[in-house]
Amino acid sequence: MPELQFGVVFADFDLLIRAAGTTALLWAAAFSVGWSAGWIVAFGRRSPRLVLAIPARGFVECFRNTPVLVQLIWFYYALPVLIGIQMPAFGAAVLALGLNGTAYCAEIHRNGLQSVAIGQWEAGRALGMGRLRVFFRIILPQAVSRMIPAYTNRAVEMAKNTSVASVISVHELMYNARLFSSQNYVPLETFTVVAGIYFVVIWPISLASSLIERRRSA
Amino acid sequence: MTSPEPVVLSATAITKRFGTVDVLKGVDLTVRKGERIAILGSSGSGKSTLLRCLNLLERPTGGTIALDGRTIGRPDGKGCQRYDERELDRVRTRVGMVFQQFNLFPHMRVIENVMEAPRGVLGKSKAEAQAIAERQLAAVGLAEKATAWPAQLSGGQQQRVAIARALAMDPEVLLLDEPTSSLDPELVGEVLAAIRALSDEGRTMLIVTHELGFAFHFATRVLFLHDGKVLEEGPPEQVLKAPREERTRRFIERFTERRF
Repeated sequence: MPELQFGVVFADFDLLIRAAGTTALLWAAAFSVGWSAGWIVAFGRRSPRLVLAIPARGFVECFRNTPVLVQLIWFYYALPVLIGIQMPAFGAAVLALGLNGTAYCAEIHRNGLQSVAIGQWEAGRALGMGRLRVFFRIILPQAVSRMIPAYTNRAVEMAKNTSVASVISVHELMYNARLFSSQNYVPLETFTVVAGIYFVVIWPISLASSLIERRRSA
Repeated sequence: MTSPEPVVLSATAITKRFGTVDVLKGVDLTVRKGERIAILGSSGSGKSTLLRCLNLLERPTGGTIALDGRTIGRPDGKGCQRYDERELDRVRTRVGMVFQQFNLFPHMRVIENVMEAPRGVLGKSKAEAQAIAERQLAAVGLAEKATAWPAQLSGGQQQRVAIARALAMDPEVLLLDEPTSSLDPELVGEVLAAIRALSDEGRTMLIVTHELGFAFHFATRVLFLHDGKVLEEGPPEQVLKAPREERTRRFIERFTERRF
């Protein structure tokens, strides 16, 4: 059993906390992008017009069937070659994680909308409600409440995925942990504490999710 | 029946094709104010499709629907009608519908279900919509369920709420698509009673039903559909008791032989 030096880690704890702030920011930005853009892709997927449906399908399949690490590095190193603009690391990370989230959220939205029985559309339309009104008043509220478990799964997954941004030097929690541990030769202590921080940040979401689910089924 | 009442709804040469299947093969129908029409026929005869064409929930492949003498949509030059969504929304505020599966909005309380369209579509104030909803719920005997959730009601109660919801729009015509077919037998009566009460106020109604006894007493006219066409129509006395067509007679027999 090695001698543990947690004191070294806690001496610079504020560094890790600030890094956790960057992680949270990256997460919030990427999830917002994913959730919002996911609607656009979801409607593309649902469209009867193939010019919309096929690209949307292609987008989803590309992002779901390649590693998020590859996507991240592609956006940071490959995309600038293509468009000639170097993006800041944080921006590239938001873009990569956001578009990855878009693909997953699109499928959540789509499945959620599909789960609302066709009869709900018909009932709304038969009352003279327009398509948009039926969507926002009847379909969406039912779909979203069914989607909440899937959203939280995705949010938790994405929170963990933010750690890959460390490889393109986004100064988030994982990056600082690696830096700190190699400077001070305390990997065991550092990554134990860092795992703890991730857990403390992510666990409440899982908890909230299961609470919401329990209230819904009650 | 000779009636001086004006024509409210009419269908001319309605056809409907799903893929390669011709479900309706040219149906003409004229509905006068105050008429109560029962549409009978075996499953697959096209009766539900016909009803759904009348409020354009299903767009006919050919033929036209007219409401208050005005043809809905306009010809596209190729023998079909083009429909404008806005126009269809307006038509549907005038032609209400009750579904076999009730289709109440499960995320809204009973009274909110009934208030939704008067508020959102007709632009009634909250107080007006609430007054309308309370009146309609009372009419179907469910005033005390106003704040319940649909899932807390029996099938029969849900269907009565659906009737109240449709009537809250004060439609000129009410379409009822097998309103009792998904109900437990002991709940059928309360829904039929609610529908019968509407006939007292002279509401124009078309009902697709398998309840022949109900159709006999309720309807002013009976339509028998077979293979996408109106095979026979007339007063219930005639169609149900002395059908001219062999198919109609056999259809009615199948129901009556279950009686003991």
